[in-house]
Formats: sequence, C-alpha cells, structure tokens
Amino acid sequence: MRGKDFYKGGVGCECRFKAETQRRNSVFLHVQAGVKWWCVSGYNPAVEDPPSVKWPGLTESVIAAACSRVGQRVLHLDRRNYYAGNWASFTLNGLLSWIEEYKKSPDDQTDVEQEWREKIEEGEEVLTLNSVDSTISNLEVFTYASEEPEEEEEVKATSVGTQNSSGPDDTTPDKDDDEEHQHQEPENEQTPETQEEPENEPQPEPVPEVKKKITYAKLIKEGRRFNIDLVSKLLYSRGLLVDLLIKSNVSRYAEFKNLSRILTCRNGKIEQVPCSRADVFGSKQLSMVEKRMLMKFLTFCLDFEQHPEEFQDFSQKPFWDYLRSRSLTENLQHFVFSSIAMVDQETLTEEGLRATQHFLRCLGRYGNTPFLFPLYGLGEIPQCFCRMCAVFGGIYCLRHSVQCLVNMVKAVIDTHGQRISCSHLVVEDGYIRDEQRTRSRFSERCIYYNFSPCMQISLVTVPPLDSSSPAVRMVELSSSSMTCMPGTYLVHLTCSSVGSAREDLEPVISKLFYVPSSPGEEPAPGCEEEQKPVTLWIMFFNMRDSSGLDPSCYTLPTNVHVCTGPDASLGNDYSITLAESVFRQLLPDEEFCPPAPNPEDIIYDGDGTQTEGAAFQEAGDALGTSAAGEEEEEEPQENDQSEESSEPAASSESAAQDSTNESEVPETPPTLE
Amino acid sequence: MHGRVKVKSTAQQEEEKRKGREKKLKVYLTVRDAIFSKRSNGELDEEALQFTQQLLCSNPDFATLWNYRREILLHLETVKEEDEIQKLYEAELFFIETCLKMNPKSYGSWHHRGWVSSRLPRPDWTRELSLCDRCLSLDDRNFHCWDYRRLVVKASGVPVDQELQFTDRLIGSNFSNYSSWHYRSTLLPLLHPEPGSEPASPCRKQNNTHTSPTASPQTHSHRVCEEQLLKEYELVQNAFFTDPNDQSAWFYYRWLLGRAEREELISCVYVSREGERVAVAFSKPVNALTEGLMLVLDGQQQQRVEWRSAHPRFRHSPVWLCELPPGSVSDINNEHNLTVHWMEKHTHRDCALYTGRPESWCRDSATDQELFRSELSVEKTSVLQSELQSCTQLLELEPQNKWCLLTIVLLMRALDPLGHEKETLAHFQTLKEVDPMRSSYYSDLCSKFMIENTILKMEYAEVRVFSLSDKNLSTLCHLDQLLLVTHINLSSNQLVRFPPQFSMLQCLEVLEADDNAIGNLEGLYHLPKLEEVSLKNNRILYATKQSCSIPAASQIMCNYFHFLLVIYFYCVALHASC
Repeated sequence: MRGKDFYKGGVGCECRFKAETQRRNSVFLHVQAGVKWWCVSGYNPAVEDPPSVKWPGLTESVIAAACSRVGQRVLHLDRRNYYAGNWASFTLNGLLSWIEEYKKSPDDQTDVEQEWREKIEEGEEVLTLNSVDSTISNLEVFTYASEEPEEEEEVKATSVGTQNSSGPDDTTPDKDDDEEHQHQEPENEQTPETQEEPENEPQPEPVPEVKKKITYAKLIKEGRRFNIDLVSKLLYSRGLLVDLLIKSNVSRYAEFKNLSRILTCRNGKIEQVPCSRADVFGSKQLSMVEKRMLMKFLTFCLDFEQHPEEFQDFSQKPFWDYLRSRSLTENLQHFVFSSIAMVDQETLTEEGLRATQHFLRCLGRYGNTPFLFPLYGLGEIPQCFCRMCAVFGGIYCLRHSVQCLVNMVKAVIDTHGQRISCSHLVVEDGYIRDEQRTRSRFSERCIYYNFSPCMQISLVTVPPLDSSSPAVRMVELSSSSMTCMPGTYLVHLTCSSVGSAREDLEPVISKLFYVPSSPGEEPAPGCEEEQKPVTLWIMFFNMRDSSGLDPSCYTLPTNVHVCTGPDASLGNDYSITLAESVFRQLLPDEEFCPPAPNPEDIIYDGDGTQTEGAAFQEAGDALGTSAAGEEEEEEPQENDQSEESSEPAASSESAAQDSTNESEVPETPPTLE
Repeated sequence: MHGRVKVKSTAQQEEEKRKGREKKLKVYLTVRDAIFSKRSNGELDEEALQFTQQLLCSNPDFATLWNYRREILLHLETVKEEDEIQKLYEAELFFIETCLKMNPKSYGSWHHRGWVSSRLPRPDWTRELSLCDRCLSLDDRNFHCWDYRRLVVKASGVPVDQELQFTDRLIGSNFSNYSSWHYRSTLLPLLHPEPGSEPASPCRKQNNTHTSPTASPQTHSHRVCEEQLLKEYELVQNAFFTDPNDQSAWFYYRWLLGRAEREELISCVYVSREGERVAVAFSKPVNALTEGLMLVLDGQQQQRVEWRSAHPRFRHSPVWLCELPPGSVSDINNEHNLTVHWMEKHTHRDCALYTGRPESWCRDSATDQELFRSELSVEKTSVLQSELQSCTQLLELEPQNKWCLLTIVLLMRALDPLGHEKETLAHFQTLKEVDPMRSSYYSDLCSKFMIENTILKMEYAEVRVFSLSDKNLSTLCHLDQLLLVTHINLSSNQLVRFPPQFSMLQCLEVLEADDNAIGNLEGLYHLPKLEEVSLKNNRILYATKQSCSIPAASQIMCNYFHFLLVIYFYCVALHASC
C-alpha cells in the first residue's frame, strides 16, 4: 500500500495524476513516519553492481533512465519532497508551500553531523555536501486578485470598478502604499489555510463564457488546476530532447501540444511573427516585397552552409550586423533576430544562422510552429524519464539527501545517517559546496491573468526596452495546456538577469499587463489599460544558471559527476548533451537510451506467474522487500471532479484491468524511507 | 548482464511476423474463394456482406467485392424496412471509414461512399462534410476526397459563401493546393458575378453548376466582379511573392487575368472568280460537315456545294473550301452577293463580289477581334498595368523566376504586343537560359508571338505580304489568319517543315523560305495559286514518294533524291492536284 502511493506520487505515472502528486506524497510521508524498514545493507556491493546515486533534474533523470535501461542499479535521492528539482512543476498550493519552505530553509543544518561521523571508517576522507539550495534568490510574491471571499465572485468583471475588495481580514495587507504600483503580500499570511473553508463547499463549476471576477480564494480553490513550472522552456520539435523522447520510447508517458503562435512585441504592439510559409502568406503586416525578402532569406538559412560566400565576410562579426547588411527591412531584421534566431547582440553570424536554421528545420514536424509544450507542464519531462528509470529498476527516495561523500566516492551518508555504497555519484550543481558559481542567472516569474481572447499557447519575444535591459522571453499558456484553470492564463517571463528578477521584469509586465494598484481593482473603463490582461498573481525569482560552468572547475572525485541546473536557453539541448556525455563517462560501452521494448516483446522468466513487475523483482528482492501483490496500477482518473472526492487510498484500489499503454508497464513500487 | 529486461531478438520477431503474415494470407484466400462461390451462386445475403467486409478491410482496392456488396445492398433494400436500411447503410459508412484509414486514396472506397450516401434514406450530410474536412486536414491534396466533397456539397446545398470560406481556410494553411484554387475559380463567379453578365441562377445551390449551358455564346457567366477580382489578385500575389516557385498560384493568377473565350463566328469569307471557289475562315476549328454550313449565292441557296477542309487530313479546321458550280461567278461583268450561314451558331457573313474584281473578301481583322490578346484580354488596361508593375517588382527580387517572367510576357502581350516586342524577346532569352528544359516550348511561344505581331503589322499596313525573315521562328501558327496572303517570306528562321495548316494559305503565290532547316515539302501540296518557291539552303533529305503533278518540271533545279545539305530549290511551281 504505502509503496503504491509512493510510486504513484513520485514517478509521474500518468501526467493526468499530476495534480495529486503533492498531496499523495504528504499522505505517504505521514503514514511512514517513524517506520524504518529500509536498510542500506540491502545493497551488497560485493555481489551487485553498485548503484549510481543521483538527484533528479532533467539531466539527472535522463542519466538515471539511461543507466537503468542498460541494467545499472540506480538510486535516486532528493532532499525535496517533490521531483525534478528546479525543473519541477507545482500546483498553486504546492508552489505556495514551496515559497514558504524557501523562506525558512536556511536554518536546520547543524546537529546531525555527529550522527553520521560514526559511520565513517578509519582513514576515509569525507566531503561534505551543501544541504541548502542556493539556486533560487530574490523571491518575491505579489497578489493582485481580489481578496474578497469567494461567495462574492458572482460580481461581473464588467461591472464598474467599484472598490469591492472585502473588508480587511487577517490577510489584508497595507492597502495604501501608493508610491508603488504593487504592494507586497506577506507570503506567510496568505497561506491556503485561511481560505480553506469555502473550498470544500460544493461550488458550481464556473462557466467559461461568463466573465467572472477571479478572486484569490478562487485561485487557491482551483489551485490544483495549475501546474507552474519553475523553468520555462519549450521543446524544439527537432531538438535533442524530442529525438531522445522518441528514440527511447519515453514519449509514451507524456502528451504534447504544438505551440500555436509566435508573437513579438514591437513598438509597444504585439504582432504575430511570420515564420512558416503559411504565416508569411497570411501575414497582414508584411508587404508583398517583404514577404519575398523574408522567404528568400529564410530559404537561404535553411542550407546556408552550401553558400559560404554569402556570409564569409561576416564570420567574425555579430549576426546583427550581418542581418543589417542583407536586403531586409527593419521589420524583418527584427523578426529574424529576436523571434526566429532568438540570439543576442554578441552572437556571431554563423551561430545566428545556425539558430535560424534550427528553428526552420523544426517547423512543420508537428505543426506550423517549431515548438512543443508538454501538457501539465515541463516538470512532466523529468518525471517521464524517472518513470522509465523506475520501470527498469531504479529506486526513488524523496526527502532524503546526502550529507557527505566518503572516500572518493565509495559511499555516501544520507541525511538519516545511513551509509550507502555506490560506484558513481551524479549530483546537481546545487549540492556542491564551496565551489565557484554564479556566473549568470536568469530570472523568471509567473503571472496569471484572465480574459484573454483565445485558447492558445504562445511564445512572445520582447526585445530590450532600453539598452541596459535584457530581452525577455514570454511563454503564455492557456488552460488547454493543463497548466492553469479555465479563464486564466499562465505566463512565464524569462530573461538573463541584470538586476533582481523584479527590477528586470517589472517594466515589461507593466507594459503588457494591467497591474492593479490594489487587489481586485478593475481598470477604468475606456482607458487603454482596459485592453490589457489583468494580473492576478506574480512571483519573481532569480534562478542560478550554472550551465556555463566547465565540469573541470569542480575539485571533486572522478566518479562524482556534476549536473548543472536548468540553463537559460529556450530549448533543452544543453541538458541532453550533458546527460549523454555524463552517461558516456559512466558507461562508455553502452548505448544511450535504446528504445524501451514493447510489453509484448518482453520475455518473462517465471512464466507461470507472469507478473507485470518482473522488471522489479530483482530490485525488490535485493531490498529485502516483497514486491509481490503490489502490482496494482492506478486507474486513469478523470481529473476534475474525482480529485475532490477520491482519497488516495480509495483510488489506488483499482485492480489491473484496463489495457492502456501504461498499464502494461511493470509498476512495482520500490519504496524507501 | 543481470538486471536487464529480456527482449525477443529481431530474428524471433521477424519469424513471428512471417508466420502471422502466412496465416493472414491463408485466411484471405479462403474467404476470397468463399465469396466468389457465393457470388456465382447468386447468394445475396448478410453473410456475404460480412465476408466482403473482412476482405475489404485489409484490401479496400478489390473492386469486384465492392460491386458484389452493392448487389447485395440493392437486394436487401427490396426486402427490408426503411429503418433497417438506414441502419444497414450507416453501418456501411462506418465500415468505409475503416477502409479509408487503410488507404485514404482508394478509388473503390470513395466511390462506394458516394453511392451509399446517395442511397441512404436519411443522409447526415454534416457528418460527411466533417469527414471530408478531417481527411483534407490530413492530406489537403487528396482529390478523391475533393470529389466526394463536391458531391456532398451539391447534395446538401452548402451555401457558396461558406464554401469560399472553406477554400480560404485551406489556402491559408497551405496555398500550394491546386484543388482549393480551382474550387475558388468555380465559386467566385457564382458568388460575385460580374454585373451586367447574367447572374448565376439562384437555384445553383440546389442543382449546382454546369447544369445549364449559357444560352448565348456572348455572355460567359464565369466572370467575376471587379471588386472581388482585386481582392483575388492580392491574395494570389501574396502566394507567389511568398513562394514564386509554386506554380499552383501562378495558374490561378493566369485564370484570373484571362478567361476570355473567343466568340464563335465566321471571321472571313473569300471568293475568287478564277478558281470559282469560296474559302471560309472560322474563329476556331469546326467541322463544317456537321455544323450546318449553308452557302447562299445571289439569294439562292446552293444545295449541292461540297465543303472540304483546307487539308484533307483535317476533320476540324478553321478554314473550309467549296467549289462553286462552274460558270456561276466567272463572268467578270457580273456582280454577285454571297452569304455564308453557320446555322448552329446563328451567325452568318456576307461578301460582295463586285464587277471587274477577280476576287473579293469580307473579314474581321485580327486587330478588330483583339485576337492575340485573348489569353489575357478581358481585364481592364489599368488592372493589367498594375499587375504588370507587381510582377516587375517581383522580377527585380527574383530575376531568375520563370513563372514571373512568363507572366510578365503574357501581361505585356495583353497590354501592347507591338510596343513591348523588344522586352518580350529579351525575356524569352532569359527564360530559355533559366529553364533550358523547356527552351523549345519558349521558342515556339516566341514564334507564335512574333507571327501575331507580324500579322498585326500587316493589317495596319493593309497589305497581303507577310514578311517574317530572320526572327528565329521555330514553328508556324495562326496560318488561318493568312488566308488572304499572296507573298510570304520566311527566310533565315529555324523552321524544319511546313505544317499541314500551311494549306490554309489559299491565296499564296510566292513563298520564300531560304536558310531554314526544312526537311521536306509536305504542306505545300494543297496551295492552288502557288507559283514560286525558293528553298535555298535547307535540309531536304528526301522528297515524298507520293506523286504529285508538277507540270513545270523544267524549272526544278533540285535533285529530289540526294542527300543534300545545301539545295538550290528554285521556282518550283506546284499545281494543286486536288
């Protein structure tokens, strides 16, 4: 039972269950409190291939899946209670607790040291790991949604902007902070608990057509409909990640949507970027001649290597200069530079051309834009690889971290003072202490707003507003992407940071969105602000981008492999390349992520039993736990209504009966705590 | 290697697949035989339906089975209630969908679907339309689906404007689609007919297009009002500016620019006292023997004249001849009035042969008819002018684009064939260079235009001398326009032969064709008035074995049966044998 829950909660089963992940975990952890059933000695390094130990971000998940796939033993530890590290997606409520955790994290670091000291054998060296996540900084949260109780939400948004925020309750902040447009919410006060009551009352589902005012309470109540990613990335449809998903059959664990449009902000106006043939044909803002120029240039970019004479003179000069030398109007230069190539002023010509080429090659594979977005958020992707890893015997363990490495590295000591032997250690950059870091950071934040016209997933590129500010990349997700509740949009803005996230992004936000001066305030009718989407909630933070760091700059044992966190680029190629190169170091002779076999092609040893959990039998045995009888699988639940009613225990009773793809995958839960 | 999932080897998988296939084949053959025996026994039962369904699912292109199914269904129709029939046919539609998934371009399946839809007691056209849309979203050039869709639209009476929006949508997602463009060209005249021309009948929606041929040849209902045309020009220009190498847009563009059909009329009547013959030229090739051609001479219908085409090989010809009764016009002091009636087209042409004249004619000149502009003639000059500007703009960006070049040439011809002659020639030169695969086509087209220009010049000068030397002609055309020409000079071109149409030059007396590459004299046999032929420096390799009477044989300075590269072939007078 406990195992099942753990598995379901953790390894990302079907993306549809995403919304329940957080709660499941907490239920499980509660049940498990104080039960110490797992013992390190279950691993016998003398007999077994010693496990690789990892922490899951995208890179780590891929490495784990790849190792596990070729028969390596993998133990996956994470000090957090969620998967995927900085790649994670949260429900709104999950995000709020994440924020809380972040606020109070820098305390408990001391005491346990003595506990594990005694596990160290004579003469062994110890390397202590960082236990505090320092990759996130400058976290700030603002709430603009009306804080009136939910019962009053019937007020139409169109009704004239009366000051209808409710009377001051215990969460009301100082409202008259006028010199600033926004004002900060003390995060701790707006914890879900205060608003919890109305949540459980049966409420009619909001009719999407009716413009209802969205209150903060409503957001919290519908919090599970949100899947807010910490990083905002898209998948290039011919990028390495998509290729890997296909090659390894991991794609079967996730669903994707094609991005529906690519926009850019130019002269204060949002315009569609014509990037495909159909776009150029249909574009209203380009003249005929511009259409020809653009198509001509793009056609050239598709096989620019064949025409070196066209760009040789500029090979040492920036792409921007090259664009200006071509017969392109200013309009077109802008489109190509900031929305198609998506490069910066320093990028050299050839790199810019290559970026353009990559973009163009991705067009048409799945639709008229080159990008895919995973339903339920980007956090799905690491989870899919985790699942793959688990299918082939990987073991996962949350809220469980490593304090130190022993002796180059023969073993690690976890936060419970246990010693775990291992042959390799793959570790996220954030665990490494005392190393050089913080080369560049990128900031990002989420807003949601409502009342936007269409159900689209869009990428908007906003060029620098002035010379000192960074170019901002904005991804707008509608509820069709399963990342936010109907009637709202989730918007991610990302840029390389100059100052703090708020300093960098506030100008863009105020330009493109209506930011109420007090929660719940409406834009005055008729003013231009009225056209803008209304902001409900904003979170700013900076995340460290360590991707530029050279692995050799870490003074670490050779069998410790450092994975950097998410990088700032839009695609995922960096992480995949890194994963593959780490895998090559670990296992030079093995294939990287060969296709997972179809269930019908798997030969089961003990034919009589034919358990679906065959793949796990070994792992289970090694752990001294019985996997038998735990192969029940989760029945796909229709997300919305059932969420409320079905308790984890109840929903997990369903027997193995339907034959979806997922159901044929062994799902024995390796459980640890 | 422990810890790994064991997977079947490729060989194992192959073996399994092979076995599976063998088994399938066995079943297939058994069922097929069973069906054939049932059919020959005349069994039209549901079991047969089941069997054929089984086979067609895996092979939807088995036409015999579809036929058998129809036989069965027709039979079941007679014995079942309407509700049952409805159910039966609905199941059939569902089944066809699975066949279409197997092969979306199966002739048999689509045809059967059309048949079933027409038999269905209560058809659900909305569903059929959405099926078509789904298919077209997967492959927007599946013409089977287009065909079927037209059938559905016709049957269900979808409004024309909705259909136009539909083509908008398809063209928007991919303009490289002949079907969509073509569909537009049929919808526009219905939705935006040119004012003045006969409006499309409102009942079109029900019985759709092409049911009633337009009553009069003068009104062509497939014209579109100007306002809409301008929008179309913009749309299609967007397409060819985006991708000038995509020919679907260019084709549509040419349709937009020129949809003139030449009026059907008698363009010329010629009568000669000496030969006692009449030659009639039509605006297009006709078969005078079936079209009801009637000759009236001085008020008397000539019953017994025999019409023959200019060349015995042509059953359809733009030029027809007939001998008048001997002595009927030979007296030079008599005046005669001639009328040729073209009964079928309700048109006629008069010709008066005055006293003292050896011959007479009455005609519309090519200039009057704006003959050589007809390809792109209907548009207003201003529109054509601005289109020419757009294309020239595109050419500046894409100097090598053949479609653009060709369209420019056509526009120039429509605007001012003589004024643009020099530019036209230059463009043809470029065309031959950028598209060498079609250089002969361009040469022929250029020849055609040169001949047209010369005809125009000749008419302006009001002479019967046609001189076209040194123009790189590769072919001869428009010879029906040269009915009255007496002298023709074709020297220094690249002609390789005289086409049979050359016999239309019924008045030709002198032919000069030196310095060509003419290989034989075919084409010159049916010219009644020919007196002088000069064929210096040609490539006459053999003369035809067909004997023809050459009375003035003494004048022949050539050797028929030699392998000659250079021939002095001077003054061959040929008398038409007829």
